[in-house]
Amino acid sequence: MNHAMDAPCYEFRLYVAGDAENSRLAAENLHALCAERLPQRHRIEVVDVLQDPKRAFADGIFMTPTLIKLAPAPQRKIIGSLSERKVVLLTLGLEAGH
Amino acid sequence: MNSPMPGLDQPLKSSTGIPGFDQITGGGLPRGRTTLLLGGPGSGKTIFALQFLAQGARECGQAGIFVAFEESPARIVANSAGFGWGLDVLTPGALHFVDAQPAPDLIQSGSFDLSGMLAGLGALADEIKAQRIVFDALDIVLALLPDGPSRRREIYRLHEWLLDRQLTGLITAKSGGDEERSLGDQPFGFMQFMVDCAVILNHRVTLGVSQRNLRVQKFRGSSFDENESPFIIGKDGFDVAVARTLGRTDAQVSNERVSSGVDRLDTMLGGGYYRGASVLITGFPGTAKTTLSGAFAEAACLRGERTLFVSFDSDGSEVIRNLTSVGIQLERFEKSGMLAMISARTITGSAESMLVRIKALAKEHNARCLVIDPVSTLSKSGNELTAHGVAERLIDWSKAAGITLVCTSLLDEMGGALGGGTPLQISTLADTWIHLNYLVQAGERNRGMSIVKSRGTAHSNQVRELILSEHGVTLADIYTAGGEVLMGTLRWEKESAERVANEVAEVAGQLKRVTLDAEEAVLEVRAKSLQTELVAKQIEKTLLERTTQSREGELSRVRARMRELRGADAARSDRDPE
Repeated sequence: MNHAMDAPCYEFRLYVAGDAENSRLAAENLHALCAERLPQRHRIEVVDVLQDPKRAFADGIFMTPTLIKLAPAPQRKIIGSLSERKVVLLTLGLEAGH
Repeated sequence: MNSPMPGLDQPLKSSTGIPGFDQITGGGLPRGRTTLLLGGPGSGKTIFALQFLAQGARECGQAGIFVAFEESPARIVANSAGFGWGLDVLTPGALHFVDAQPAPDLIQSGSFDLSGMLAGLGALADEIKAQRIVFDALDIVLALLPDGPSRRREIYRLHEWLLDRQLTGLITAKSGGDEERSLGDQPFGFMQFMVDCAVILNHRVTLGVSQRNLRVQKFRGSSFDENESPFIIGKDGFDVAVARTLGRTDAQVSNERVSSGVDRLDTMLGGGYYRGASVLITGFPGTAKTTLSGAFAEAACLRGERTLFVSFDSDGSEVIRNLTSVGIQLERFEKSGMLAMISARTITGSAESMLVRIKALAKEHNARCLVIDPVSTLSKSGNELTAHGVAERLIDWSKAAGITLVCTSLLDEMGGALGGGTPLQISTLADTWIHLNYLVQAGERNRGMSIVKSRGTAHSNQVRELILSEHGVTLADIYTAGGEVLMGTLRWEKESAERVANEVAEVAGQLKRVTLDAEEAVLEVRAKSLQTELVAKQIEKTLLERTTQSREGELSRVRARMRELRGADAARSDRDPE
C-alpha cells in the first residue's frame, strides 16, 4: 500500500439486474473489497440491465451480475455474486496465487 | 402442408418448413409455447432450429431471434450457406443472431442468473417484433450453474419469460437421445415435463450405417405421430420421412399406358405399364433385369420423357455400353440430356438418405420415368430394418409425383426359398411384378419371363422365353410338349424337327400324286386302245355279216341257174333240193 500514488486506478463496471438478490450481493461485495484493498483508487459504474437492456446486450452481458475490470489491463470478467473473495482477488490481480 | 384437421389446430402452430415434420405434428411447433429439442452431438439440432427461423422469416413474415450459446453466429450462417435458405441476406430485422457464447476466460464466483440476457432479449424482441426465438445449446450455459436447483431456477425463469412474451420458443440441448439415463437425472428431464412440446433426435449407427430418427415425445393439446420417423439432413436441410397418411389426397390415377420397351411384353400386359405405376422386376443375377429396365428407359426417352436411371450395380457408362450389346441405344439420350444416369455404387449411407437423394435427383432432372437398379441395395447391411419403410415411401412418392417407376430386385436364394417374396417385400406394393427365371435344360440356361401380377390389367399368364440379341429384346413362345416346357436350343430343335417332318410329309404326298397321275395316264391309254379295238371288231363283224349275206345270195342264184340248166321238173326239184 506504500505505492498508493503510483499504483493505477482500478475501473470497474458492474452489471446488475434490478434489486435481485445476487446482484445486490455482488454490489455489496465489490464495494467492500474496493474499500479494503483499493481505497481512493477505484471507480465503479453500475449498469442495471433492466433499466438499460440494450446497452448490456451490446456489451455482450448475458448473465447477471457481471463484473468487468476495465483498467488496468488485462480486462477481466467475473460473473456471480463475488462471494468467493479469494477467487475475485486472484482474478483481479490483487493477490498473488498461492 | 395438409393438416389432418385443417382449421382447428392449424392457427395454433408455427410452421417449421421442414418437409414431414409439419405433417407429423399437424402444422408445426406450438405457437406461443416452448418446444424442447433434444439430441446428441451432431444430431442436427442447430439445423432444425435454423430452418424453423428461416421458415418464419422467409415464408411466414415472423421475425426471429437466434441465441447462440455454442457457436458464433458468423460460423452458423456460414455453415448453413449450403442449404440455400439465404440466411446471409436476411436483415437483422427478420432474423437476428445473438452471440451469447460464454467467454472462455469467464471466471465465476457466486451465484448468477440469466436475467441480464432475458432483459436484453426482451428489448430486442420488442424492437424487431420477434415471434420466434431459438436458444441453441442451452446446456452450455446451464453447465456454468453450480447445482441442480439453480439450473432448474434458470429454466423456470426462461420458460416464464417465453410464456410471458408469447414467443414461440425452441430450446435445443444436448442429450443422448432416447437411449437416455433416467429423465430425472438432468435438468432436461425436468424440462421435458415443463415444456409443451418435446422432440428428440436420435442418431444411431447400425453396422456402420448412420440412421437418423426424429421422435415427437410430447405435444400438449395436439395429436401427433408418436413413432420414430427417419430423417436426413439433405441439401435443403431437414427432410423427415413420413409415410402417406390416410387423410392425404390420393395420387392421380392414370389410365395411360407406357411402353415397357418390349413389344410383346406390352401385348402381354395389355398395352404396357400404367403411367405412374411401380413395376418390380425380380430375378437371379444375370436374368436380364437391367436389360429389361434399360429397354423401358429407351422407350421412355424415345417418347421424349425425361428419365432418371439410378444404377447401384455398375457405372452409368458401363450400363450404357452393356445395353448397347443388346441393341438398346441409350448413349444418344444421355448426350441430349433426356436421360440422366446416376452411378450410385459408391453411395453409402442409410436407405433413407438414398431415398432422399433419389427424390432430389428426380426432382432436379424433372423425371417422368425412373429406373432403380437394383432397389434391393436399399436393404443391404445396416438397413434391414428401415428398408421396407423406405421402399414403401419410394413407391408412395413416385405415385404421388406421377413418376413411372421400374425397380429391379435381386432375388437371392433366401428370398426364393421364402416363396418368391423379395427381401424388401415391395412385391406386395408394386403394381406390376415381372419375374425372370432361369430354366436349365440340356446343358443350357435360358431366360424365362412371367408376369406374376399386374394390377388392373388382364395379363397373359404364360411363361415366355426372353431372347436377347444384338437387335434387341424379344419374347418367344415357349414350346410345351408332353407337359414339358422347352426353351432355347431344345425349343429350336423341337421346332426344326417339326419343320423337317412337315417337309417329308409334303414330299411324300407329292410323290404319291405323281404316281397316281402316271397310273391314271396308263389307264387312259389302255382305255383308248381298247376303244379302237372295239371299233375294229365292230367293223369286222359288219363286214362278216355283209359277206355272209352276199354269199347266200350268190348260192341261191347259182342253184336257180343250175335248175334252169338241168331242166328238172319243178316237183322233183322241190322235193330234192340238191
